[in-house]
Amino acid sequence: MPDQLLFAMEVFLNGLMAGVLYALVALGFVLIFKASGIFNYAQGVMALFAALTLVGIMEGQVPFSHLINAAFGTEIHHFGWHLPAVAAILLTGVVMVALAWAVNRLIFRHLVGQEPIILFMATIGLAYFMEGLGDIMWGADIKKLDVGLPQGINAWIDETTFNAFGYGFFIDNLDIWATVIAAALVIALTIFSQYSKQGRALRAVADDHQAALSVGISLNFIWVLVWSIAGFVALVAGIMWGTKSGVQFSLSLIALKALPVLMLGGFTSIPGAIVGGLIIGVGEKLFEFLVGPLVGGATENWFAYVLALLFLVFRPQGLFGERIIERV
Amino acid sequence: MATRKLKAAGAALVAACLTAGPAAADLVFPDLSYRTGPYAANGIPFSDGYQDYLTLLNERDGGIGGVPINILECETGYNTEKGVECYEATKGEGALIYQPLSTGITYQLIPKATADGIPVHSMGYGRTSAKNGEVFRWIFNYPANYWDGASHAINHILAQNDGDISGKKIALVYHNSAYGKEPIRTLEELAAKHGYELLLLPVDHPGQEQKSQWLQIRRERPDNVIMWGWGVMNQVAIQEAVNIRYPMENFIGIWWSGSENDVLPAGDGADGYKALTFHNLGMDYPIYDDLKQYVVDAGKAAGAGDQLGTALYSRGMYAAMLAAEAARTAQEIHGTPDITPAMMRDGMEALEITEEKMAALGLPNFGPTFKVTCGNHGGDGLGAMAQWDAAAGTWSLISDYGPADEEVLNPLIEADSMAYAEENGITPGCE
Repeated sequence: MPDQLLFAMEVFLNGLMAGVLYALVALGFVLIFKASGIFNYAQGVMALFAALTLVGIMEGQVPFSHLINAAFGTEIHHFGWHLPAVAAILLTGVVMVALAWAVNRLIFRHLVGQEPIILFMATIGLAYFMEGLGDIMWGADIKKLDVGLPQGINAWIDETTFNAFGYGFFIDNLDIWATVIAAALVIALTIFSQYSKQGRALRAVADDHQAALSVGISLNFIWVLVWSIAGFVALVAGIMWGTKSGVQFSLSLIALKALPVLMLGGFTSIPGAIVGGLIIGVGEKLFEFLVGPLVGGATENWFAYVLALLFLVFRPQGLFGERIIERV
Repeated sequence: MATRKLKAAGAALVAACLTAGPAAADLVFPDLSYRTGPYAANGIPFSDGYQDYLTLLNERDGGIGGVPINILECETGYNTEKGVECYEATKGEGALIYQPLSTGITYQLIPKATADGIPVHSMGYGRTSAKNGEVFRWIFNYPANYWDGASHAINHILAQNDGDISGKKIALVYHNSAYGKEPIRTLEELAAKHGYELLLLPVDHPGQEQKSQWLQIRRERPDNVIMWGWGVMNQVAIQEAVNIRYPMENFIGIWWSGSENDVLPAGDGADGYKALTFHNLGMDYPIYDDLKQYVVDAGKAAGAGDQLGTALYSRGMYAAMLAAEAARTAQEIHGTPDITPAMMRDGMEALEITEEKMAALGLPNFGPTFKVTCGNHGGDGLGAMAQWDAAAGTWSLISDYGPADEEVLNPLIEADSMAYAEENGITPGCE
């Protein structure tokens, strides 16, 4: 098999893996938009906040320690424990649920019925508030995140492809885990929304707020629920991206990777987020491989948006989005 | 951190509200820092080192030449527009020198500071051709610049290959910005001279996704990889290099890709990674005893006091030391402790860092000796190579300070600076 074809296959597979990571971020956007019509600008910061909290809990870091020390002249920084990853993830989940409750209680409960642009602006404010809160709680230093996920080249794939083609493919173990976890997440979300009472209520709210209210579904509860689930998805995304680069404030910028995925897959479809992520991941990687060298490289950021725009032109609601027809 | 933010907010409020500036006799050193945003992890230790050194001079010596130092901190967020706002907000306070820790901000300040008559010191960053002091009268970039750095990296590879790297393949993984593109011309010229093949791999901001670049490195198998990164790009690149099992001893970062922040997330895999430097590293210097006694233990540290000895803290401290020594030189030249920005410029232009001076400051052998002149605002351009020991968690110098290839660099600096002079109607000269 020609080398270029082998390389292209490797790039294709890595594009799929990268797409899964993009989709993980996009999922959080979709969940909240689907249930409440809010485009949550703070989703990237939620991933950052969740990852910061996870590392802080795992390492036994005292939240707000610098503030406490400055106010009381103390020298406390750590509780002295190191929690197992699973326990820390569960505790972080609790924090994200509390955050979801607070966000609804303090912000969105007061904005029911407002224009989408008002809700969007509220999430911008929320994003910057959470970024500052995360900074004051846990500090701005880069934190190593190790929840036990393996990283580095998958030796089995390397060997198998080498034996078959004479060239060993590189696939990162972390990306394989991300794929498995994303698949499990989508299956769990599908089962939850199809077969649980709360899930059906969530779908009812997504379909028609007024109708859902009229049959006794609590909008507040549903919003807290969906923000909690989005918080958990943000935690998963934060773990995956934070494991790659360390937990640091640039993590909030991963939201930029989710936008073309949403444009392509639609804002209301969970399968759309996954398929959109895969198309964007493969598209940008193959374009960089094939065309990048001819134009000086660094094409991925802009090409993802070009690809999404192309889809938008022919299918404005996205691949899996709901087509909305307003009759006057 | 929180304390720092409260202090920074207070300082900003004071700068905005006060109608009268600081006491006329104060030596005003603005600190255009970034303690928030994606690059905060790098901005904090640098700013801590910068401010702690100046605080030490205040607490231990009563300032410089008996005149207290007034530090004006302004948060830029590593954002060029905010950096310019900080400059505009603080220049009227009697600012003596600006060190913005950003190439983008430096580029914006070059014409402004030149017009306002305030010196800018872009230490190891900014516009490389500012080394030509006859064109860039108010801009300094000693002791080394980007092009020196590119040459040092190639010199190191030459030394490892008995002086012959013809036919070798060297990849440059760079931040796709003005900063990251700085070394390309130099590396191309050096490629023509030494016969190596240069592979250019740009990474878009912020650099969290670099799979394409590292797959290409895995395919092309370059003998060496040089990195010109900042922020998250560095951590991801080092992790990706570990993932593809690229030999770390062949991976060289510029000095802005050589902090603890860059290597710690990759754990043991980063062992052996190399980075250039223009000053020494670690805490084995007498000055740290004074910093602990007069600054940290006295509760006057700029941050939490937890950054002492890190690479970027050392660099911030070094930048402050060079600024303070330039101010001292200016005081000596003009025979007055109360100096103006123009006098500060004279002090910077006459700055000479000797071993005796560094030893007296508690920093023996901390960096190379160098001398600044009117025609040479970049110093001697010496650089050394450091290597990361993951087990010990320390950087160690593995080479002596060596010169850059001036035969290649000087014509480039001359051409670029003269083009700038022509564009801006500047007549080169020292008067």
